[in-house]
Amino acid sequence: MTLPIGPVIGILADNLRLRGSVLPIPARRSTSWARQLGLPVGGPTVLYSGQMVQLIPYIEAMVAIEERLGGSPLARLAPLGRRLNRVVSLVPLMARPPGRAVAEYDRILVDVATLLSRAGVAFGALYADDLYTGALAHDLGADEAVAVQARRIQQVLRRYKVREVITVDPHTTHMLRTVFPRILPDFAVAVRSYLEVLAERPLAVPAPLPGVRTLHDACVFARYESVVEEPRRLLAQTGLRVLEPEAAGRLTECCGGPAESLFPARARAIAGQRVAQLRRAAPDAITMCPLCLVNLRRAADGALGLEDISSVLRRATGG
Amino acid sequence: MTAVVGAELAEAVGRLGPFDAAACMNCGVCTAVCPMGIAWLPRRLQRAVVLGLEQEVVAATEPVYACLLCRLCEVSCPAGVHITENVRTLRRYLNRRVFGL
Repeated sequence: MTLPIGPVIGILADNLRLRGSVLPIPARRSTSWARQLGLPVGGPTVLYSGQMVQLIPYIEAMVAIEERLGGSPLARLAPLGRRLNRVVSLVPLMARPPGRAVAEYDRILVDVATLLSRAGVAFGALYADDLYTGALAHDLGADEAVAVQARRIQQVLRRYKVREVITVDPHTTHMLRTVFPRILPDFAVAVRSYLEVLAERPLAVPAPLPGVRTLHDACVFARYESVVEEPRRLLAQTGLRVLEPEAAGRLTECCGGPAESLFPARARAIAGQRVAQLRRAAPDAITMCPLCLVNLRRAADGALGLEDISSVLRRATGG
Repeated sequence: MTAVVGAELAEAVGRLGPFDAAACMNCGVCTAVCPMGIAWLPRRLQRAVVLGLEQEVVAATEPVYACLLCRLCEVSCPAGVHITENVRTLRRYLNRRVFGL
């Protein structure tokens, strides 16, 4: 049950080139977390979402459509869909995630910003100029569209005189820290994930959290960006007993998320395997990538408790 | 069945980005650890490119895009082959060659 590969990559690349994101979402949606907190605009250090977390409810809605299309004759209309999408953006017409899902993922960004503030880190946000990095298009080899996006983001960061970017998810971290400097040798911005920033200082925990959790490492953090020790150092201060699953750290197993856009059924099967591994370690697991969270949660179907690390750390530092 | 081998395909792919599969010693660790469980991934695919078997590579388009780029194969590779970057470069090639993108 696969989708037509060429037209799907074409639609994603067209969207990135024409509209600045593989799945363009309304600015009021992508910026609501920063508006809630009244964060200052710009500054030398910014918390940069790359819209990755905000995209998750839309990806979830699109995957549900793709799963239905993948096995139906309608999938043959994908080339027509690509031509139509160049004129009218189809995503807002097709993907309408429930408000509850949007609020839940916004909460991750609010929690990250709260944790950084509690740790005494000064930062701003770029609101509608906080652009998607093109991570999915990069994975699919649509490098020309990604290069256009890298230049756009470089111009934005220069305009706001940003010197340091704090990222939330592993994919945005990898694109800004590793991929963009390869595309643009003069891309001179320091990039760190919020987990690396927080792990540099002690976590103020008023009362230890009770309970047992296992930890799912994200492939991109563990194997591309060497972010392995930082989440463990932070969780060790929360009071939780954290048990390692059978594939952990640098040898973590994938959640299946990267296969979602073209092979949704296969993505779910891989997520199911990973859920089983995590369940053998503990009844509840902690994730550190929004794609892992959504993919594992869908596969677990309630059989494994899943929570993003930002929510755990926020509760540990005073709710 | 006969096949003509040659370096042209690997050179054409290599012009689009890094492709270092020549160091592969065909041990199969990468295929053994691959969570996708597809026989093409990644050893046989890389071998087909190195040998210049373009028809086979084009026929394996779906497995090329099925790769998760999770890098579990790469951290396990005793020859230090940059497998995921090879797959990404091959996708760039197929985007042009098969899909006209």
